[in-house]
Amino acid sequence: MNASPLLPKRAGPGAPDRTILLLLYAVTTGLLLFYGTGRLVPGFTLPAIAVSFIFAAFLGSLLLAYQWRAATWAKLLVGGVGLLLVIPDIGRGNGSFFDLAIQMCIFAALALGLNIVVGQAGLLDLGYVAFFAVGAYLWGVFGSGQFQTVLKSDLPYKPLGVIDWGVPLLLTLLGAAGLLWLRGINRANPGSAKPGGGVRAARALSVLLIVVGVIAALVLVATLLTAAITDYYTGSPAALEALATGINPNFFWLFIILAVAVAAIVGVLIGLPVLKLKGDYLAIVTLGLGEVIRVFANNLTKYTSGPGGISPIAAAPVSWLDKLADALKFPPEQFKLFFLYFLVLIVIGVVITVNIRLARSSIGRAWIAIREDEIAAQAMGIPLVRTKIMAFATGASFAGVMGVIFAAKQGSITPESFTFFQSISVLTMVILGGMGNIAGVILGAAVVTWLNLSSLTALSETLQTLPNFNSNLDPAKYNRLIFGVILVMMMLFRPEGLLPSARQRLMMHEDDPPNDTSPNDTSADSSGDDASSRDATAGTLNPENAAEVYSPGTATQADNERGGGTR
Amino acid sequence: MENLLTAILINGLLLGTLYAIIALGYTMVYGILQLINFAHSEVFLSGAVVAFEVFRLLGPAPDAPPGSGMNPYLVLVIALVVAMLVCGTLNVLIERLAYRPLRTAPKLVPLISAIGVSLILQDVIKFIEGTQGRFQLAVNVPTAFTQTVFSVADNNIKVRDLVLIVVAAVMLFGLDRLVNHSRVGRAIRAVAQDRVTAGLMGIDANRMIALTFAIGGALGGVGGVLFALKFPNLDPYSGTVPGIKAFSAAVLGGIGSIPGAVLGGLVLGLVENLLGVISSFSLIFPKLAFLGAIKAEYKDVGAFMALIIILIFKPSGLLGRSTTEKV
Repeated sequence: MNASPLLPKRAGPGAPDRTILLLLYAVTTGLLLFYGTGRLVPGFTLPAIAVSFIFAAFLGSLLLAYQWRAATWAKLLVGGVGLLLVIPDIGRGNGSFFDLAIQMCIFAALALGLNIVVGQAGLLDLGYVAFFAVGAYLWGVFGSGQFQTVLKSDLPYKPLGVIDWGVPLLLTLLGAAGLLWLRGINRANPGSAKPGGGVRAARALSVLLIVVGVIAALVLVATLLTAAITDYYTGSPAALEALATGINPNFFWLFIILAVAVAAIVGVLIGLPVLKLKGDYLAIVTLGLGEVIRVFANNLTKYTSGPGGISPIAAAPVSWLDKLADALKFPPEQFKLFFLYFLVLIVIGVVITVNIRLARSSIGRAWIAIREDEIAAQAMGIPLVRTKIMAFATGASFAGVMGVIFAAKQGSITPESFTFFQSISVLTMVILGGMGNIAGVILGAAVVTWLNLSSLTALSETLQTLPNFNSNLDPAKYNRLIFGVILVMMMLFRPEGLLPSARQRLMMHEDDPPNDTSPNDTSADSSGDDASSRDATAGTLNPENAAEVYSPGTATQADNERGGGTR
Repeated sequence: MENLLTAILINGLLLGTLYAIIALGYTMVYGILQLINFAHSEVFLSGAVVAFEVFRLLGPAPDAPPGSGMNPYLVLVIALVVAMLVCGTLNVLIERLAYRPLRTAPKLVPLISAIGVSLILQDVIKFIEGTQGRFQLAVNVPTAFTQTVFSVADNNIKVRDLVLIVVAAVMLFGLDRLVNHSRVGRAIRAVAQDRVTAGLMGIDANRMIALTFAIGGALGGVGGVLFALKFPNLDPYSGTVPGIKAFSAAVLGGIGSIPGAVLGGLVLGLVENLLGVISSFSLIFPKLAFLGAIKAEYKDVGAFMALIIILIFKPSGLLGRSTTEKV
């Protein structure tokens, strides 16, 4: 929630010396550059699993760079060299590492988005990957031949009947009426006094009307747009034929922006009806909605081409970057990865900045307040539904953007990329790294992605060279087992995650002896403390007494007494 | 139209009974610990895998003449007993290892632990069967169970459907006796109401919680065997969706309430089958044709929509008590 890698580091007297990390960085860089790709000693390459581990160690040293006791310029230099020079160079030798680095950034952004919803606002969303799917399919449909297929089935242009636009318009007006009605109800029943059953029912009904109205409005817009588009393409068959490989790939940039809006709208639409629910109810409903989106992706064959998925999907051409890659002797098939790698670096930078800014804004405070105690937050004048929806929409928009990039990177998407297990993977990243802490979440995303895409496959590759290897024991087949063990072990032994924020750490260790959480102890304790304990104070009025303000005892007390519970 | 309606009714009730049995495991655990036992879907699937193994080992060989081998009803009883034992023990073990150490932690912690256990169990099942090259399990259902007993408006009622109803009825009756009319049941209800006070009255809360998990697991095992009879094609992940839906059924009926779970299961089964025939809607509304070839998966959409709509209007479920929030 609070710790930021961008904060200038004030190395206190207790800041741990991490020169060893610099050494690790140098050694792994050297190994990767020379031995991993077999450039220095021709014919000699390390086994896949060893390269995978060296890559992980290299990334680890990079990710922890912000904790060194060193000047900011030195850290920036190390980070910059690592991200901008070393990784592209490794990628040039072995494209799979490029791919891995891009996936890590994509999932880091997803995890940061989920971190806002789960970590900050405390709303357990088990269907988060639905928003990722929305972004991916948004570009998938338009950036491939699928759009032409859809058009061809719609052509020729059929004039709209009264029912076609009349019914959605009527429903939209009904939704507007519902909005007015809700305002009327709220005006007649001011304050948060417990309203009667009739008022509650009327409220629920009006919310339902509004949701129907919004959907109808979208349908209306879609209908009119479809009519206009089919009208245009009926007139010009040449333009239709030009769509064989999708619309002009330069629209990619537009769709990145569009994905933010569309995913946020879907987030609001999903959020409006369900955010009144709490805790476990919310979890199960979001899980269900995630499944619903997958079912639609599987069955709306006309748009998504069903279980087979859409391919090939284009990415924006950037000729000057391609020329640069060519000058740097990249093989042509890696131009796309080269471009996308720098794109995701920029996007993740934006995402991190937005995250930090939001965490320190009044909205971020409101999220934390809602997470800690909804009733108290409401009493302080925080509009519950609006703030929760804001969290949902923000998290969704991150996923939407990365969905577009994911579709462009993969070149094909199938509903299988957006299953419940994917949602759980993203949740695993958030939990493993440290809920609420930006650096921790990124670390979690890197570790999980590495496990999923690099180490397990490399391990099975290495194992398959062994004689008598039973392919039924292939470790890559049992990634769920590994995730499950990680989740359970983390919950049992370190529920606050690898790099926790101070607040999480205090909450999770309420039963421990008090000196374990005293401010003096933090710096020597675990790796994330130095940054995170200072950050926790950012949310308090009195920075000197952070530990007192977030007294672990108080937090539990409130937790135990609450009937339904919010987490 | 009549045939269609009876089909919806019959299939809905059968499926609903199955959901109800599985939902009981969720709702009992939730009632006592306020925890969604995500691993329950795999516990129930373990029951189905037990059924697969029992029918594979004891059932008639596929090419054997009908009537040979062990009595199929005896095999079924063996499968049910073994599944109850295995799943009950499994559930108790899960509670002991993954939930009990986390009892005082914030609510999200045991929930995530439960998701982790669920993932572990999926791959353990995959491993146990996969080492023998079986990633798809086709249950060897004895032909005695697939014979038609009678037909209602062209809908065939098979032996396994009757078995499902009878076994479910026996289980529900037994559960009612146990929970509402026995000392142990009273102790469980006391712990569910207030763990600390129950402890002061001399009830061993940990034992009661373990017992609840054992009962829930055993019910899940029975549900698994019945599921395997009705849907004989299994794989290590096929527990998830019925599990989620059974939990939805528990929420629908009011989580923590045993009659609620049964009612929720039946309602969900009916709604699902109603939505399954959405193809007849697209005859009425040709505009809906874009929904594509109607597949059984749309049933899931209907089930979750029903859940959301009911929760919006009645957040505590059909039979749940609404809890007042204390500040």
